[in-house]
Amino acid sequence: MSTPTLKPTRPWKLTPKQRGLIVLNLVIASALSYLIVLLTPMKGKLAYLSIFFIATIVINFAENYFKRGLAAAKDSIATSFAAAGLIVAVVPIFSILFTIFERGRAGLNFGLFLHDMKLNGPNDPLNQGGLLHALIGSGIMVGIALLISLPIGILTAIYLTEIKGIYSRPIKFLVQAMSGVPSIVAGLFILSAIVFPITKSSSGLMGGFALAILMIPTIARTSEEVLLLIPNDLREAGVALGGTQWRTISLIVVPAAKSGLITATILGLARVAGETAPLVLVSGGGDAVNTNPFQSPMGSLPFYIWKGFTFGTTESIARSWAGIFVLLSLIFILFIAARTLSGSRSSK
Amino acid sequence: MSTSTPIVNSANSTPEKRELTTKPRFSDKVFRGVATAGGLSSLVILGLILIFLGYQGFQVLRSEGIGFITGSNWQVVQDNAGNTDLEASTFGIAAMLVGTLLCAALAVSIAVPISVLCALYLTFYAPQFLKKMMVAIIDLMAAFPSILFGMWGFFILMPHVEYWAKLIHRYFSWIPLFKMEIPVYTRSPFVAGVVLAIMIIPIITSVSREIFSQTPLDRIQAAYALGATRWSMIRAVVIPYGKSGVVGGAMLGLGRAMGETVAVYTVLNLVYQINWHVLIGAGGNVASMILLKFGEAGPTETRALMAAGLVLFILTLIVNSIANAIVSRTGGKGR
Repeated sequence: MSTPTLKPTRPWKLTPKQRGLIVLNLVIASALSYLIVLLTPMKGKLAYLSIFFIATIVINFAENYFKRGLAAAKDSIATSFAAAGLIVAVVPIFSILFTIFERGRAGLNFGLFLHDMKLNGPNDPLNQGGLLHALIGSGIMVGIALLISLPIGILTAIYLTEIKGIYSRPIKFLVQAMSGVPSIVAGLFILSAIVFPITKSSSGLMGGFALAILMIPTIARTSEEVLLLIPNDLREAGVALGGTQWRTISLIVVPAAKSGLITATILGLARVAGETAPLVLVSGGGDAVNTNPFQSPMGSLPFYIWKGFTFGTTESIARSWAGIFVLLSLIFILFIAARTLSGSRSSK
Repeated sequence: MSTSTPIVNSANSTPEKRELTTKPRFSDKVFRGVATAGGLSSLVILGLILIFLGYQGFQVLRSEGIGFITGSNWQVVQDNAGNTDLEASTFGIAAMLVGTLLCAALAVSIAVPISVLCALYLTFYAPQFLKKMMVAIIDLMAAFPSILFGMWGFFILMPHVEYWAKLIHRYFSWIPLFKMEIPVYTRSPFVAGVVLAIMIIPIITSVSREIFSQTPLDRIQAAYALGATRWSMIRAVVIPYGKSGVVGGAMLGLGRAMGETVAVYTVLNLVYQINWHVLIGAGGNVASMILLKFGEAGPTETRALMAAGLVLFILTLIVNSIANAIVSRTGGKGR
């Protein structure tokens, strides 16, 4: 004999009648906007959208006012505006992604990853030349930046969360200030401190240094957040077992935070992979594959895009879009990797 | 049975008392030293940036004095030998500073309402699945490189924005800010402001969202229990609580917008004059000026560019510090 089970009620769920009303509102608003654009001198997409928006608000306001009173009517206006805010914020993203897909497709072919631009100008047909040099250069420079900023970033985070010395507050403040350093200033700094007085020529190493300056704060701040999430019980357990602070942190805390620290690193990579301005200043931007970061100019993906854009012909701009397609795909992969690793932590 | 007695009885075999000390071991001392050095590196780097940019720009700063910030002329005079004559040349970045502030202020004033509404929607209105998806998308947008915004802004957004500028000019030209004698709408500070606004919307949105989600739950529930609608709850509880956090987020966005280089370079027509009229196609930005002039600059002009970089660095440092101070003060007292 089966006992009847109660279904949980959901009083906030919309009834079919309410749903119908919402659809009806939208239909009326669209009809209104169509009519007004037809009959008045206001024309264009902007007119359709703004009239539709205003009409929706007015209809909702009227409906709620007569049904539930003024307060509910005001609430409906606020809801419409908040939703409009989200739509306005998100539309550019989809426009950007769509544009890159649409325009980047033309320049994409497999040869892109096999050739460099040593023998080709940016104006050559799209099936000649490629961005191998840029990919390699970007990889090397970002790698150098990673080698420098990973230890510094994680040590900073450890200092802020584990040691908590007297400088904690000022260092926290400075790291935050550092994350706001404009990218071009990082490039100028490397120019003024290393390129002009010492090396006198641009190279991939200089690009790596400039990127490291931009990468340190990202890694430090994210790692700090990750280390703060490690429960204190683990630290206490380590110390209670007789571990020194060094052994507790290196054998317990950091391994426990490993996936979070990797996320921090990936976010740092994604942050600097597309930096253009400092690389234009210090890396030189060669057209041939160059695997030696200490000598001669080195190309990079952002520089490749930049060069195509400033050259300004149809072919070169198509090359740029293809370059952006590749760059954004890389950033996308990094981003997804970071989110999968960090799991549900950051998606609260 | 008697095996344990000798141990108990013998006075010599009681283990000596271990020395208890709170002094760190040698390994800990090394570790703390290394970590402290790592932590202090941010101080060192910021200090070095100040020192080296100051050192390289010193010559120009000394010869121009306060005129470097107040003057709006950038003229390089060369003597007969082809060397730059520092005395005769004038370097002043007032026009570019005004342009930087104008574009950034415009960007913030466009972005803040949109971001705050968006953050409110995501925190209090959106269903869970939509919220997760949108937060991920907006976070992704924050990682978009600036050259992408630059090219998208140039090819896709600019025609639209020029049309909006024409509309604004037709209906609002009585406001001094929107006045213009010669209608040139292309590559104006307005376009740059819109592109920058789109760039900083993710930043302001995520800061505001963070602050809004820390609103004490008991106050929210209390407002609902007193019969508040969602909007009156937001107005009575969330906005007073999150106000200063939003201001901080806006200033973070301002700092980012002031330091932006490539995106502004592509959509702004750099003209060396102080221009407050946002719709006219002539503006400036310190960062993109540096990028523009760097290619053909001689040694002395490069030093002047370093000095300009120093000014930009100090400006963004101040704005960011204030912003961070405000945000961290607000964030602390959550539920």
